[in-house]
Amino acid sequence: MVAVQETVERVKRIDVDQYRYGFETLIDSEKAPKGLSEEIVKFISQKKNEPAWMLQWRLEAYRRWLTMTEPTWARVDYPKIDFQDLYYYAAPKPKKTVTSLDEINPEILKTYEKLGIPLREVAMLEGVEPKPGEEDPARRKIAVDAVFDSVSVATTFKAELKKAGVIFMPISEAIREHPELVQKYLGSVVPTSDNFYATLNSAVFSDGSFVYVPPGVRCPMELSTYFRINERNTGQFERTLIIADKGSYVSYLEGCTAPQRDENQLHAAVVELVAHDDAEIKYSTVQNWYPGNSEGKGGIYNFVTKRGDCRGNRSKISWTQVETGSAITWKYPSCILRGDNSSGEFYSIAISNGFQQVDSGTKMIHLGKNTSSRIISKGIAAGKSQNTYRGLVTAHRKATGARNFTACDSLLIGDKCGAHTVPYIEAKNSSATFEHEATTSKISEDVLFYCIQRGLSQEEAVGLVVNGFVKQVLQKLPMEFAVEAQKLISISLDGSVG
Amino acid sequence: MALLEIRHLHVGVEDREVLRGLDLNVNAGEVHAIMGPNGSGKSTLSHVIAGKPGYEITRGQILFRGENLLRMEPNERAAKGVFLAFQYPVEIPGVTTMNFLRAALNAQRKARGQQEFSTPEFLKRVRQVAGSLNIPQDMLKRGVNVGFSGGEKKRNEILQMALVEPSLCILDEIDSGLDIDALRIVASGINALRAPERAMIIITHYRRLLDHIVPDVVHVMSKGRIMKSGGKELALELEASGYAQFEHAA
Ligand SMILES: Nc1ncnc2c1ncn2[C@@H]1O[C@H](COP(=O)(O)OP(=O)(O)OP(=O)(O)O)[C@@H](O)[C@H]1O
Ligand SMILES: [Mg+2]
Repeated sequence: MVAVQETVERVKRIDVDQYRYGFETLIDSEKAPKGLSEEIVKFISQKKNEPAWMLQWRLEAYRRWLTMTEPTWARVDYPKIDFQDLYYYAAPKPKKTVTSLDEINPEILKTYEKLGIPLREVAMLEGVEPKPGEEDPARRKIAVDAVFDSVSVATTFKAELKKAGVIFMPISEAIREHPELVQKYLGSVVPTSDNFYATLNSAVFSDGSFVYVPPGVRCPMELSTYFRINERNTGQFERTLIIADKGSYVSYLEGCTAPQRDENQLHAAVVELVAHDDAEIKYSTVQNWYPGNSEGKGGIYNFVTKRGDCRGNRSKISWTQVETGSAITWKYPSCILRGDNSSGEFYSIAISNGFQQVDSGTKMIHLGKNTSSRIISKGIAAGKSQNTYRGLVTAHRKATGARNFTACDSLLIGDKCGAHTVPYIEAKNSSATFEHEATTSKISEDVLFYCIQRGLSQEEAVGLVVNGFVKQVLQKLPMEFAVEAQKLISISLDGSVG
Repeated sequence: MALLEIRHLHVGVEDREVLRGLDLNVNAGEVHAIMGPNGSGKSTLSHVIAGKPGYEITRGQILFRGENLLRMEPNERAAKGVFLAFQYPVEIPGVTTMNFLRAALNAQRKARGQQEFSTPEFLKRVRQVAGSLNIPQDMLKRGVNVGFSGGEKKRNEILQMALVEPSLCILDEIDSGLDIDALRIVASGINALRAPERAMIIITHYRRLLDHIVPDVVHVMSKGRIMKSGGKELALELEASGYAQFEHAA
């Protein structure tokens, strides 16, 4: 609650469109010409110095993609995308360096401030580099106890990960340095032919992360801060592959609460997770892409394929997501429960405001014996937005003793928005126990008035009630991220009532 | 100048006139009781003073320390010192009572230009007041009013009131649903807040509460108007003869 209050306070000081000053790209890109062809796919592969097998893989995907059509079953509505009118390659160049936080637009700093991101981290995110012989520029502005510099932090992280034997690097590097691992696992969870957007991604993916945790290793840190500082320019077709070998554990954090803009409207990421025997992967996302302006113009189209394979016995994969951005979200992080006694979890907060359209949910595919899954989805719709939960739970004939619990709660703010729940349940054997609960409620005038009578402003009251509504899911996020996400939720709903 | 001055107040709800020319003056330091039959407009009056949306004020005015209360947002009124203990307190799932108290208290302090309480200061105050109201600590860790018994909800209202130290306390049927012991605890909590700079409006159906909290003035309300005002003996009179005699007065 304290956090919410701080946030609202901060928000109040900012009367500008919070996205106007988001990450306007400073990247001076080296672009491939518009459009998609075998030539472009080859160009991308060449630019990345990829081995022949990788190019072959991309080309197969591309040829496959030519035969496919865009899916239309989701409850989202957008103008037809002209795929020949898009750019598919832009070399990420280092940002123009500034030497002091003073040179950064103060409005950007305010946005960070309202999200509570420490200035020293802002310096990293915005690419501030100290002038030679000068002290760390972040420290000139604020008193920071610890001396912080990006190089040393990154080095410390790298050293620690190396000691543990964890491989964590951009996937473009992994393709060159660990081809045996990449070849073995890439496309093994989301095949190149999986769906229109995943196939497109396979042909043209830009970059992303690669993680391999060796048997018995507990990854010594959340793969988060490092990621936030170093892995920003992954492009519009992000590709991530995480492998947790037998008995290992890793927690991975994707995204950023800071508002993110991108000149590319279409984003189609693919994330593949593989958990072997007794391994556990916890994957948390906070998504805050530009949602479009107050008339519903612009905004990112986010078509994501995320899937985890509980390949080994007693393996576990847990997805936690906080979705607040994008004009269109099309996203179903799923678990294939292949190993016996494996388990999958999906905890989701999906917020839509303005003209945003969210169609998100999960798939739990029970294949092994005594597998279990748990789905907790909290959808919040405000403004003129549409928010759909779409979930599939199936138990295969051999998946005896499969269990699922699903709870989907929707909260409506105002009367121009919509919340929809579309559950598909399929049990092909009689020993499966599936429980499904769903509620839809409106944020109650009486509850708001109660809070306001006690002195809270309208916004504070909404923030408080909504944070109460999503608490169960917020608690699943790693601590530091949960605090930021809580603030982000209040900010996302700013101005949604009254 | 009266702390609260209501003049010729007419209020409509859903095209129905519920308050029909209500006058009421409350001075600092006074405790007023309002009694009246179901549907006479008591809760409506309390909501309108607190600023609940959905009521149409067609005529009249409400002055609070001489200021036009009807022009203020409800949270501004709260910060000015208006507190309403609700007849039906709502539940807020997922928000602990402790967090809620802190949010409310700090919002009001901030609005008044006062410093927010530090965490230890705040906890100390809450513990102290909660203790005097027999509110167990673990209740403070639960969602606001979620799964609270009727009596617990009412005690929680008094806890909030004691923490924010309002200058006008409106208590709408604070005695409903309380057992005899709880009534005594709640009443002594309220009495502890009686102060020369603070006024109270106590809405009740029962004289019993007024035995514990002795009012300076008792009003009889019927059909959206104050029909009669008198001393504490008026409550006794009402108990003996009912409301019928006032229905056609004035
Ligand atoms: N939102 C509303 N819509 C329609 N009628 C309403 C509304 N609120 C109040 N009323 C009507 O206004 C009248 C006064 O209601 P109010 O709740 O103020 O009475 P009360 O004196 O508090 O009664 P009680 O002693 O039962 O609490 C009632 O007839 C009630 O039905
Ligand atoms: Mg009433």
